Amino acid sequence: MSNLAVGATIDPGHASDDPSRRDFIHIAAIAAAAGGAASVAWPFIDQMNPAADTLALASVEFDLTKVMEGMQVTIKWRGKPLFIRNRSAAEIAAAQKDDNAPMKDPAKDADRVKAGKEQWLILIGTCTHLGCVPTFGGGDWGGWFCPCHGSQYDTAGRIRKGPAPLNLALPDYAFLSDTKVKIG
Amino acid sequence: MSGHSTYTPKTGLTRWLDSRLPILRLAHDSFVDYPTPRNLNYFWTFGGILSLCLGVQIITGIVLAMNYTANAALAFNSVEHIMRDVNYGWLIRYAHANGASMFFIAVYVHMLRGLYYGSYKAPREVLWLLGCVIYLLMMATGFLGYVLPWGQMSFWGATVITNLFSALPLVGPSITTWLWGGFAVDNPTLNRFFSLHYLLPFVIAGVVVLHVWALHVVGQNNPTGVEPKSKADVLPFTPYATVKDGFAMSLFMIMFAVFVFYLPNSLGHADNYIPANPIVTPAHIVPEWYFLPFYAILRAVPDKLMGVLAMFGAIACFFALPWLDTSKVRSMRYRPTARLYFWLFVLSACVLGLCGARLPDDQVIPGLKTFTLIDSDPNSFVWLSRIAALYYFAYFLLITPILGLVEKTSPVPETIASPALNAKKA
Repeated sequence: MSNLAVGATIDPGHASDDPSRRDFIHIAAIAAAAGGAASVAWPFIDQMNPAADTLALASVEFDLTKVMEGMQVTIKWRGKPLFIRNRSAAEIAAAQKDDNAPMKDPAKDADRVKAGKEQWLILIGTCTHLGCVPTFGGGDWGGWFCPCHGSQYDTAGRIRKGPAPLNLALPDYAFLSDTKVKIG
Repeated sequence: MSGHSTYTPKTGLTRWLDSRLPILRLAHDSFVDYPTPRNLNYFWTFGGILSLCLGVQIITGIVLAMNYTANAALAFNSVEHIMRDVNYGWLIRYAHANGASMFFIAVYVHMLRGLYYGSYKAPREVLWLLGCVIYLLMMATGFLGYVLPWGQMSFWGATVITNLFSALPLVGPSITTWLWGGFAVDNPTLNRFFSLHYLLPFVIAGVVVLHVWALHVVGQNNPTGVEPKSKADVLPFTPYATVKDGFAMSLFMIMFAVFVFYLPNSLGHADNYIPANPIVTPAHIVPEWYFLPFYAILRAVPDKLMGVLAMFGAIACFFALPWLDTSKVRSMRYRPTARLYFWLFVLSACVLGLCGARLPDDQVIPGLKTFTLIDSDPNSFVWLSRIAALYYFAYFLLITPILGLVEKTSPVPETIASPALNAKKA
């Protein structure tokens, strides 16, 4: 069908045995159209990614004197809850005792805190399963319990039971002084 | 469509229009003269009821959008403004919120009717697939709409559902960030959800047109599953189907009205009257009732990715059904064994719905202490949902393909009209 049309319009002066040039034009036209469509589509897709002001969210400084031993403060950081927990000696001991217990996402307690600051456990407070906020004091390990699908974390925020695949995430943070921490 | 058009324009104006845009002819051929099997029962009225539901949702939704504000700081209060200050706002919002539940009640009856009478079997596969697409779009629309009041259930429902995509390896986290437009569900998420919630019903309406088109190409199935063979087997759509559909719609609207006027919050959750709080998850979050069976399947699997795949797989089963069923007999009226498994399937879906509404570790029989099987007490809703989910998948993937090859069916009538004629003789 298309060959017929090509034959009908071709200039008889030129050899009609030149399909490669015509193929080239077809392919080039299709490629240009596809490339054009893709480059137009991209802005429409990318506009859904975080906007500049969302990305520019500043880091947070937090005064640790507000948190008594055995207490936890939840602050909002990048739209998510952040747990700042002042762990009791019993909680630290329980976490260190289980360092070699079989775990889904094995980690040492020492790797989840800053050296010499074992009482300060700073975690992103969203369950690694589907993003709910776990509550402290539930579950069999005395750590966090997620009300949505029953994931249980220990006193180092490590996943011990339930559908969550990973330990509660650690944000980037640094101690500015003994009583001040900067997160982000 | 079926055969020649019998439409004859009667006035000068309709003759003029018919030769320019034969839209009245299309309507006449599709909804007046269209032949319908003479033995359709009330389960065949749900197609009409569903179009009514879509119409109600679109009209109430457009009106709500005139009074709603899609902004994280204002959304919750704008819904309360609709409830308290806007004239008849309470009525329109309750009709829209309960309308979603009515829509799903109707679609589940419609789907189970298709399952029972084999309406997905050749030559109706495309018709069935389009229906599955509509169901998927309905679920997406229902979910997006539930987020808009920006209450606690809205927020945490949105968080859990969007986090499902984080289970995908490699691309998961980028996809969730892209869906959110940030690092958590927040104002950008609410804005885009509103935009899409407004769009999708019109997409549904478009696919409904294709669904009805496909229906009118292959014709309606009927309770015998036997194709109409002669004029004796069919009746014109008007008045027979229109009046019957109209009567069923009236009954359905009475039930709808009972919910809107007497039980407007019975299908919702009290927690959604608490404004969204990104740092506190409610103690017990559950989706709307129409998602509960799939939510139970998600929770039944202890692995994140596998759980998400099982949940989507449960929906994918419906798409694959036309090619899973090996039976030569269409209607379960003549498949006594299949009927038994069908009702067990309905039971398993209801049990899953029940499990989805409970906490996984809650006891099914209160007070009965047992042991730990793998990770939980067998007397817990997580194990009950595992058993029900296993049956759910077995029904599609094992029972349906195998049963069609081995079952003993009862005799199928020659024509739709013949059982009635034989009964008269006897």
